[in-house]
Amino acid sequence: MPTFEPVLLANVGKPDSHTLKVYEAAGGYQTLRRVLQEMAPKEVVDRIRASQLRGRGGAGFPTGLKWSFLPKDDPGPIYLCANADESEPGTFCNRVQMEHDPHQILEGIILACYATGASAAYIYLRYEYPLAYERLQQAVEECYRAGYLGRNILGSDMSLDIYIHRGAGAYICGEETGLIESIEGHRAWPRTKPPFPAVKGLFQRPTVVNNVETLACVKHILERGIEWFQSIGTPPDPSDPRDPGSFGPKVFSISGHVNRPGCVELPLGVPVRELIEQHAGGVWKGRKVKAVVPGGLSTGVLSAHELDTPLDFSGPCKAGCLGLGTGGVIVLDETYSMVDFLHNSCRFFAHESCGQCTPCREGTAWAYRIMQRIKAGRGRLVDLDLLEEIGNSIGIIPGSTICGLADGAAWPIKTTLAKFRDELEDYIRRTNPLGCRNPAPVEALPEWREHQSITGRKLLGAEATI
Amino acid sequence: MATVIVDNREVELPEGVQLNCIQAAALAGVEIPHYCFHPGLSVVGSCRMCLVEIGKRDPQTGHITMFPKLQPACNTPAADGTVIVTQSEKVQQARAMVEEDLLLRHPIDCPICDKAGECRLQDYHFRYGQKERRAEILPFHSRRRDLGDVFLFVDRCVMCTRCVRFVREVAGTGELLVLARGAHEEIAVLPGYPLNNKLSGNVVDLCPVGALADKDFLYKQRVWFLRSHRSVCPHCAAGCSIWIDENQDHLWRIRPRENPHVNRWWICNDGRYGYHQVHDRRRLLGARRRTADGWEELDWAQAPLVVREALERAGRLAAVLSPFLTVEEAYLLALLVRRIDPEALLGLGPVPRMGQDERFPGGFTISAEKCPNRRGVEAVLSYFMKGRVLQFDELLGQLGPQGVRGLWITGGYKAPTPPVSHVLDQAIADRLEGLDLVIVQDLFPSPVAERAHYVLPGAAWAERDGAYVNCQDRLQSFRRAIRPPRGVLPEGWLLWQMHQRAGQFDAAAVLDEMAQQITYFAPAVYEIPEVGLDLKAGLLAATTAKTASELKG
Ligand SMILES: Cc1cc2nc3c(=O)[nH]c(=O)nc-3n(C[C@H](O)[C@H](O)[C@H](O)COP(=O)(O)O)c2cc1C
Ligand code: SF4
Ligand code: SF4
Ligand code: SF4
Ligand code: FES
Repeated sequence: MPTFEPVLLANVGKPDSHTLKVYEAAGGYQTLRRVLQEMAPKEVVDRIRASQLRGRGGAGFPTGLKWSFLPKDDPGPIYLCANADESEPGTFCNRVQMEHDPHQILEGIILACYATGASAAYIYLRYEYPLAYERLQQAVEECYRAGYLGRNILGSDMSLDIYIHRGAGAYICGEETGLIESIEGHRAWPRTKPPFPAVKGLFQRPTVVNNVETLACVKHILERGIEWFQSIGTPPDPSDPRDPGSFGPKVFSISGHVNRPGCVELPLGVPVRELIEQHAGGVWKGRKVKAVVPGGLSTGVLSAHELDTPLDFSGPCKAGCLGLGTGGVIVLDETYSMVDFLHNSCRFFAHESCGQCTPCREGTAWAYRIMQRIKAGRGRLVDLDLLEEIGNSIGIIPGSTICGLADGAAWPIKTTLAKFRDELEDYIRRTNPLGCRNPAPVEALPEWREHQSITGRKLLGAEATI
Repeated sequence: MATVIVDNREVELPEGVQLNCIQAAALAGVEIPHYCFHPGLSVVGSCRMCLVEIGKRDPQTGHITMFPKLQPACNTPAADGTVIVTQSEKVQQARAMVEEDLLLRHPIDCPICDKAGECRLQDYHFRYGQKERRAEILPFHSRRRDLGDVFLFVDRCVMCTRCVRFVREVAGTGELLVLARGAHEEIAVLPGYPLNNKLSGNVVDLCPVGALADKDFLYKQRVWFLRSHRSVCPHCAAGCSIWIDENQDHLWRIRPRENPHVNRWWICNDGRYGYHQVHDRRRLLGARRRTADGWEELDWAQAPLVVREALERAGRLAAVLSPFLTVEEAYLLALLVRRIDPEALLGLGPVPRMGQDERFPGGFTISAEKCPNRRGVEAVLSYFMKGRVLQFDELLGQLGPQGVRGLWITGGYKAPTPPVSHVLDQAIADRLEGLDLVIVQDLFPSPVAERAHYVLPGAAWAERDGAYVNCQDRLQSFRRAIRPPRGVLPEGWLLWQMHQRAGQFDAAAVLDEMAQQITYFAPAVYEIPEVGLDLKAGLLAATTAKTASELKG
């Protein structure tokens, strides 16, 4: 492989890398200037389409194709939402970019708006990133002053406003229609599709939702060309005619039991083992790997036998995972209990389910209750079958829910059971050797009292019971 | 013609309306269970009870391709060639899953739940659920929350959000909201902003389970003891179609009856709770007549003859047709007094009005006119009075000048609620001084009844047969739901006997007669559909038909 030159994280580490001065000194906004002069919006869309860029937000949907779903000759307004909600456990790729190189993202957003005809862009930023907020806000203001935003950008007839919208800490706000509802001021309940956002999105207008890293890639493709982009990553699998390949650079965040957790930009397709050994300093304390989450908790787990899995859009799928996800790699060492892992995973998704669809709301909560019971030493072997059934039945892949959160909840369950069932069975046999059904009740909602003290009681006062 | 294939059966789709797959399957007689979908509300597709397999039939080759995933029928439009499979194993599993999920945290306190017997969770469980309960949860109690106009049994809720969407989209008041997230979600209101609007009762009908409870109905009756009767609401000129739920001559509940031309799926709280006056203790009971030294009981069997003789003695007559009468009663009364005195004056009773029409964002309108049948009675009056409709005041003004000696007043007005007196108040009573004969046929005592020579207790709407014409000229027929209390003879029955017609009062026969006689009612010669009959449109058709036949002739 030719030596890889990072672009997405190229400015990270330079002093004042987040300022316009430094960004411009490295050639920033030249691409925007050139594109506005030389290319028609349709050409930009075509070029992105030809580059085979796929979304970095989790699903890997081809970006150019998504843009082409916008209705033709729409009188507008059209909106673009830059998804910076980054709430997937184990993921902090966007954060590094936003904190250290916000202008790169803004340039990508402006270019994407030029291509799609969007007249306003909303950056949906999770609340937990105060520094990113500060720097993005500062960068937006710099752009207005420099004429990269506002009326008639750089003398062209393009006009654009960018608003930064801060979330309030819910994972579901990252789902594209949940994000839209949240910007509109409603609770982030994902919408049932159709209609898709490209037809009826924000404020019932055509809307494009893209991850911020995807948008940053747009800028680099327009700057360096398709050939450069396609020289990086994994080409399409010739045996699968529907595989668009996994081209381009990707930011990976590595956390967990490694010596050097952090963010690194690498070509798509880097094997998990290489990522851990060469870019994260290996597993800590001289231990071995037990399991690896390849791209955010939603994607499930790889076992120690699957470390040669390439981290591209199709690699983790072949190893039974949901996909590449966000590129947030979590490494678990050999001492870590998979019961704890699954318990924690179930807790997260039960807590974050927006509660709209019955199978997700109840299924995630039920799985969590089962894991609580197992962890407390009251599990039975049949519980694993039940968990598996829940894992297999919730999500948009079986069709039983509105959004992908339920799939994200299902995959850790399914992959853990597929790859670590022995360990779970051992645990159950050890902690509940007779396999008896413990008559002590498990509360239907273990936390509702506590929860009520936060939301309910304060709001509603005392309540009668019948 | 577009056809869909439901479980291997082809059904044709009606033209001009977009149906979803739940509705299309219903056309084929196939039930697709659902909680969150309601035709009057936006589609959220969240309960997932309606999951089915959907496919598409190629119009050329007839080849069917199925979608690999289950699809929500509520959010899938039915189009030509849509294939709906509702009985496959996959579908059955999905339904069983949703039922099991919904019961995980459900109190299942059906024995003390108002909804039991008409609860979707119950019904679907028996139809689509699984036998075994696999979750280890011990029973827990059910919390009750006062939301304002209704109670919420918090833990029975299945989170379909119908109630929330209703207050946002139809009532436009938005009091209800979803609190917290995931399995902790609850329906609630904000402190200081209780559910309080004139359509609030509808959320109870909408709730597919026993989570929302009507404060009026709660713990009054088990629903399987109730019998439902089609009727029409008498509380305003909108004339909403309703169901009367009754048990042994006692009304317990009023519910909206779907009528796309009138009230769609809703009714207002005035109509829902207004039924209490039917069982009001103050109702007039027992016919009586004034004698020199007070009141004397009048045997109902004698009444037709006695009253008729009194009318004949009085000579010059006038009658007040109340807008609470059915069209048949109004017609029979007008016909009666005109038989005795062909010059008799006929006028419209007082028309109670309150404020302005109230329009809601969802299109529902409560009329300011608080009576059901002004249009119908006016049409009868206009027939007998050669196109003139005497308003109540005009009629009173003409009593003296015209030398009227005997007056028959019909009522049906609301019970007096102090300080508001009965519509037929003292001022009206005073203007009747000097008449030889005043006959009052009404529900409740009033100053006018006090002053009358004959008091003939009348029936409440639920005790009558007949038809009302609403403010949009829609005629709706209804049958009585309960028998009147002892001592009451419904207006129609008395008038029928006074006309010396054979057998029992037959409202349909009277309406038939009116359809022959009165052009306005001409369209009513045909059977009256359950959703009523648009007399204006019918009239238009009748007149054009007439001109057409004239042209031919
Ligand atoms: C539950 C859930 C959470 C999500 N969270 C995020 C997120 O935090 N950031 C993000 O970029 N995409 C997230 N997504 C994916 C978005 O729905 C959407 O696919 C993405 O923003 C599209 O951008 P892309 O095409 O550039 O990848 C989430 C999806 C789901 C189902
Ligand atoms: S799948 Fe879960 S998170 Fe997504 S809309 Fe349904 S309930 Fe909400
Ligand atoms: S809502 Fe009421 S009737 Fe229905 S299942 Fe629950 S407790 Fe039983
Ligand atoms: S209270 Fe009833 S109508 Fe409202 S969300 Fe719950 S189940 Fe649905
Ligand atoms: S009725 Fe279709 S999802 Fe609820």
